[in-house]
Amino acid sequence: MGRYVARRLLLTIPVLLGASFLIFAMVYALPGDPIRALAGDRPVSPAVVKVLTERFHLSDPLWVQYWEYLKALLSGDLGTDFRGRPVLDTIERTLPVTVKLTIVAVVFEAIIGIVAGVLAGIRRNSFFDNLVLVSTTVIVSIPILVLAFLAQLVLGLKLGWFPIAGTRDGLYSYVLPGLVLASGSLAYVARLTRTSIAENMRADYVRTARAKGLPNRTVIVRHTLRNSLIPVVTFIGADIGALLGGAIVTETVFNLPGIGREVFDAVRAQEGAVVVGIVTLMVFFFIFFNLVVDVLYAVLDPRIRYD
Amino acid sequence: MTDPHQQLDLRKDEVEAGTTTGLASPSVDVTDSRQNSLWSDAWRSLKRNPLFWLGASFGLVFALMAIIPQVFARGVDPRACDLANSKATPSSEHWFGYDVQGCDYLANVVYGARNSLIIGIFAVLVVLVLGVIMGAIAGFYGGATDSILSRIADIFYALPLILGALVLLRVGPSTDIPILNTRGPGAVALALALFGWMTAMRLVRSQVIAVKSSDYVAAARAMGASDMRILVRHILPNAVAPVLVYTTITIGVLIAAEATLTYLGVGLQRPAISWGLQIEAGQDSIRSAPHLVLFPSLILTMTVMAFVMMGDALRDALDPRQRS
Repeated sequence: MGRYVARRLLLTIPVLLGASFLIFAMVYALPGDPIRALAGDRPVSPAVVKVLTERFHLSDPLWVQYWEYLKALLSGDLGTDFRGRPVLDTIERTLPVTVKLTIVAVVFEAIIGIVAGVLAGIRRNSFFDNLVLVSTTVIVSIPILVLAFLAQLVLGLKLGWFPIAGTRDGLYSYVLPGLVLASGSLAYVARLTRTSIAENMRADYVRTARAKGLPNRTVIVRHTLRNSLIPVVTFIGADIGALLGGAIVTETVFNLPGIGREVFDAVRAQEGAVVVGIVTLMVFFFIFFNLVVDVLYAVLDPRIRYD
Repeated sequence: MTDPHQQLDLRKDEVEAGTTTGLASPSVDVTDSRQNSLWSDAWRSLKRNPLFWLGASFGLVFALMAIIPQVFARGVDPRACDLANSKATPSSEHWFGYDVQGCDYLANVVYGARNSLIIGIFAVLVVLVLGVIMGAIAGFYGGATDSILSRIADIFYALPLILGALVLLRVGPSTDIPILNTRGPGAVALALALFGWMTAMRLVRSQVIAVKSSDYVAAARAMGASDMRILVRHILPNAVAPVLVYTTITIGVLIAAEATLTYLGVGLQRPAISWGLQIEAGQDSIRSAPHLVLFPSLILTMTVMAFVMMGDALRDALDPRQRS
């Protein structure tokens, strides 16, 4: 187990480096003069150009620039944006918003997804089962962009139940964007749970439990559910990493000042340091939660052994 | 399951290698190819699936809209506008009302289908080419090649599709990379494909690994078939079914992603007609004229749904485990 974790950790390093280099190369390989872009219309003296070129390693090849970036990163320095604000401060300011949004989304995903999936799975081909099948197909097909506007329009403007933008109402203002962000995964969780339950209902150990005369409730809750939820729990775990990096559209439409909207604004303004910093963080989350899930799988399911 | 085509291939390999070992002499009559194959079984189950027909009819309407938009727009020119009609609500004459500029909205929404279809299909083709080539090489050769290609896939997988394409499309126009610097449908499709090929690669790779140690592959190799021939004629056909399911659903996903990127301002640019641009323009008047967001959203959703439903139905039909 320990060796497996160590090996997985080692394997994540090239992936993390590769992904951050990829984004670094895309952002910084731009032709054009960043100093001129920084100065705008004002004239820049050659001395200033020289100092800035040296400070930001602008005349060095790309990989040297990346190496300098990595060295700074390891000492906790993510660079600054054009206005001289440290990128780390920007992340500290915006990350809590995204974390709250993700937590709300995961709660929706887990509760609604699992309950719908269990109810559909224990009575296959019932009315409710078909309802879950059809509605998950519809939900999966609605682009998150459309769903966000639809939620704003119906639940926000027409019914007036939820605020449609900003974070003024505390946690309550995260409900609608959280639901929108969770929708796709929610549908997937429902389907996964349904399939998993339906498969386990036919398993030998369930038949044994019934043959022993255990009440239906115990058979479902104690025997079927526990085994069926293993893939579901691991999916939700891995999804946390994806949700933390996938909130660009939701945060933009609902005007939430999280890392998703921040990275979108930074891409538009070509704020290279902010883009690279935040994307690297998102990649780290993604890899980290995947790793946690792989380990969790072995803990939850004793049939799986990595050594 | 004995696939008659494989039998024929084995015989051809024998002939090519100049050996007649009799190994592949058909115990099954090769000429009788009308057995119940995977595909005819799948088609029979597809025909009974109402979701497939619903998806297929949505898809057909969408394709026709892209090919002959003038018919669906009832002959109205999407660019013939009159500001006096700005934001007019739907009427019996103009089913979708008018947009901010006073253009007939039905015509605009209908004409938006073409760009979506072009981008969806072009992107999925690039995804398939990248995915099949990299997956086949990784699965077939294994070892270090597989490790390197799989790590590359991991790297791309760690970047969300929208985010990667967003950055690439933002910097694309100021580079001198062909296609990518055009701001056109080609650039959007290419950016989407570059950050979306990994699942196709993993699918193909796992299929190749699953069958490469089968007896019939060993037989083909023993008869001197080249790596290329073994891959293309004996191994890859096994991956067709899962890849087909994946491709169908992915066209829908890519069309949604295109609308999202265009909405975010890095995809198609005006004066192009696109659902993403229409949603983006309509969001400012979501209180006064919600139909401006609703209609392109509705058609976009139905298009995505068409591909998701067809893909789901195909998966059910092609998965023999679900058949009893």
